[in-house]
Amino acid sequence: MTDSRPVLTMTGISKSFPGVRALHDVNFRLFPGEVHALMGENGAGKSTLIKVLTGVYDTDEGAITLDGEPVSFTGPMQATAAGVSTVFQEVNLCTNLSVAENIFIGREPRVFGAVRWGEVRRRARALLARLDLDLDVSAPLGSYSLAIQQMVAIARAIDIKARVLILDEPTSSLDAGEVAQLFRIMRQLRDEGIAILFVTHFLDQVYEIADRITVLRNGGLVGEYLTTELPQLSLVEKMIGKELDVLEGIEEHSRRDLAALEEGTPLVAVSNFGRAGAVEPFSLTIHAGEVVGLAGLLGSGRTEVARLLFGADRTDGGQVAIDGTASSLRTPAQAIDHGVGFCSENRRAEGIVADLSVRENMILAMQAARGWLRPIPRRRQDELVDKYVKALNIRPADPEVPVRNLSGGNQQKVLLARWLITEPRLLILDEPTRGIDIGAKTEIQKLVTQLSDGGMAVLFISAELEEVLRLSHKVAVMRDRQMVAQLANDESLDADRIMQTIASGSHREEADR
Amino acid sequence: MNDTTSRYRTMIGHRLFWPAAVLFVMLAANTIYRPGFLSIELKDGHLYGTPIDILRLSAPLILVALGMTLVISTGGIDLSVGSLCAISGAIACMYISKQPDQNSLGVVVTALALAMGVSLVLGAWNGVLVAVIGIQPIIATLILMVAGRGLAQLITEGQIITINSEPYRAIGLGHALTLPLAIFIALAAALLVAAFTRRTALGMIIESVGGNAMASRLAGIRSSRVIFLAYVISAACAAVAGFMMTANVSSADGNAAGLWVELDAILAVVIGGTSLAGGRFFLSGTIIGALIIQTLTTTVYAMDISPQTSLLFKAVVVIAVCLIQAPAFRARFSRRRRNVPPPATIADKPKEQVPA
Repeated sequence: MTDSRPVLTMTGISKSFPGVRALHDVNFRLFPGEVHALMGENGAGKSTLIKVLTGVYDTDEGAITLDGEPVSFTGPMQATAAGVSTVFQEVNLCTNLSVAENIFIGREPRVFGAVRWGEVRRRARALLARLDLDLDVSAPLGSYSLAIQQMVAIARAIDIKARVLILDEPTSSLDAGEVAQLFRIMRQLRDEGIAILFVTHFLDQVYEIADRITVLRNGGLVGEYLTTELPQLSLVEKMIGKELDVLEGIEEHSRRDLAALEEGTPLVAVSNFGRAGAVEPFSLTIHAGEVVGLAGLLGSGRTEVARLLFGADRTDGGQVAIDGTASSLRTPAQAIDHGVGFCSENRRAEGIVADLSVRENMILAMQAARGWLRPIPRRRQDELVDKYVKALNIRPADPEVPVRNLSGGNQQKVLLARWLITEPRLLILDEPTRGIDIGAKTEIQKLVTQLSDGGMAVLFISAELEEVLRLSHKVAVMRDRQMVAQLANDESLDADRIMQTIASGSHREEADR
Repeated sequence: MNDTTSRYRTMIGHRLFWPAAVLFVMLAANTIYRPGFLSIELKDGHLYGTPIDILRLSAPLILVALGMTLVISTGGIDLSVGSLCAISGAIACMYISKQPDQNSLGVVVTALALAMGVSLVLGAWNGVLVAVIGIQPIIATLILMVAGRGLAQLITEGQIITINSEPYRAIGLGHALTLPLAIFIALAAALLVAAFTRRTALGMIIESVGGNAMASRLAGIRSSRVIFLAYVISAACAAVAGFMMTANVSSADGNAAGLWVELDAILAVVIGGTSLAGGRFFLSGTIIGALIIQTLTTTVYAMDISPQTSLLFKAVVVIAVCLIQAPAFRARFSRRRRNVPPPATIADKPKEQVPA
């Protein structure tokens, strides 16, 4: 399968951005004729490593060799010329140009400066034939499916005598049939001796196509493994960075009685909610006083579920019943009218309004629900704000400072207060404890418990399984943009079982193949 | 000692300090050049003098800039205000000119109502293009900026419409309580807009939408309504400004009325401290900004600067004003003077560049 000599090596690669260490002492090697998967959660450093490799970024430290020769590319063009071609996640081709033009754009065969169009088409056809593709090379690229466009991008990449082909999440917008088509071509290229670096979030695909796996976490190298020697569960452990025995040591918190909670009409019951390209249709019921945990890897569709429930994105179909009555959740304003609140994981872009004061940020949702013609009396504002500044221990305790001056944890609390002030019946918390210190974290966890005891329903999204287990009555597990299981949080449920569900899915989906 | 320093700091830090300082320096420079500049005298029960003129002449600009402040605060821009001035003036004058008794108060009121009605419809047109259809504000309002001039010409049939109506003329040149009526109209408009935005939650919601549209949507704000409203208010302000401009000269010229006023208005808003990127808005700052621009224009005339170079002079002063206002520039300048090397953080670098 592999030669003894790697075609490409990266040694001791480090790269920092202001305030962030994106890569730290990472080694990576790529052998001819292999498909090598680069795995890691969002922010683990995958994209940075690829950008360092192709010369988009300079390295701070470390060396790269190609065929044993040290290289340092100044940009993707130069890398391509040296035989390291990249197909980026978003197909960056021109859909209005023809297939042939797309393949040869920028390097058309010319005679005396004039493009030899006949030659362009002939060579394009030959290239595509090599990939077993039969296309009309004069047709506009936009008339073909995304998968075909992806393959045209690959054809463009391998034309230049590529020895290394980098595919950055090529399958994220493809359906199962298209993925199969892409994999067929990847295998063919691999058998021709091309080394393929493959980045994806889909675990099944890794086990289907990759020979070798390198795992990154938080910018550091976790290790390099042969696919056959690394079970899916271990891969997930390595990506998340927790050993199972560590997780098993978590103290058992009082499991609350799910059956009692789930009596009566659910507060919110959705069926077949889903959105093409974001999350497969799912059904979920949430009762008053219930905490539903949503577990899964980053990028598994957790946030997408939350956004659909809040009306931030519109579902493609399905029904929703609120208190047993058919209803709809098509805009955030509508969801808020139904008593739903949503703290986004993206605090800066989707949460706070940095210009406005702490007070204004806190009352924003309540004011929006009342409409601008009915301002909340200033005294009432001050009461509410004062109450939550105290209750959530927000620092500094001055409600008139711009919220941008607060630390991340305090901004998070301001957002939480914004929703608590609206007295929601269902509060959706997307990663409410990420990036905040341990003190604030426990405060927020405590608050969630109190709120649910008081009858509020909470959908709690977190990458930390301990947290999900500690707080939830039931846990919905996301995997590859599907809700694969809903597990009651009883004695039988532990982090181990959730991990297994994340790694394998409780029921394997045949459609994945 | 500490107390005075901190008070000094607070004063410098106040957002109105630099615009007010600029205005003060300008008036002082004028007074040095022409000692009688600030003198005001009472004649026939009316106050006269250059400061009064500045206030009166800046009234239309203040009106236009007030509406522009709200639009800019939503993160938009309204280029059509100049054309709207021309249209509202043209409609009012045209209607009055067709009536047998041009001095009848009823005729003038009807004319104003008619013109205001049409202006509101045109403002709604802008609002629909931006907030409902989602066209970029600069393009959406450019349509009316260009087409509006044609519309004004159409209303006046390509003529300059001259009227002879005392009540209408009073809008621009009348007096009340020894002061020009225009000053009171501008003041009333400012108070009205301030009440409309600050006594309701409209101001905060506009600032929220302009500051972070995505977060505002997720907080349940139906931003299209608010944005729509801002363009309608802007059109209403421009309409009143149009009445004033035409009343000043008792005639409507579809080509000249309100020409380039949108640029002065945008400038006034920016000088006043409202960011072109949207977010926080400052009505009082805008008013000072408008006064600065009018003072500048008056200065150019008073100092006998030749008309050929007056625009250049204006540009130089405007650049200076904008630089003085920029905190980054001030920081660099004051550090230089103290011989401290400029800090690395002057450029507003993106705080986080987290590659996925």
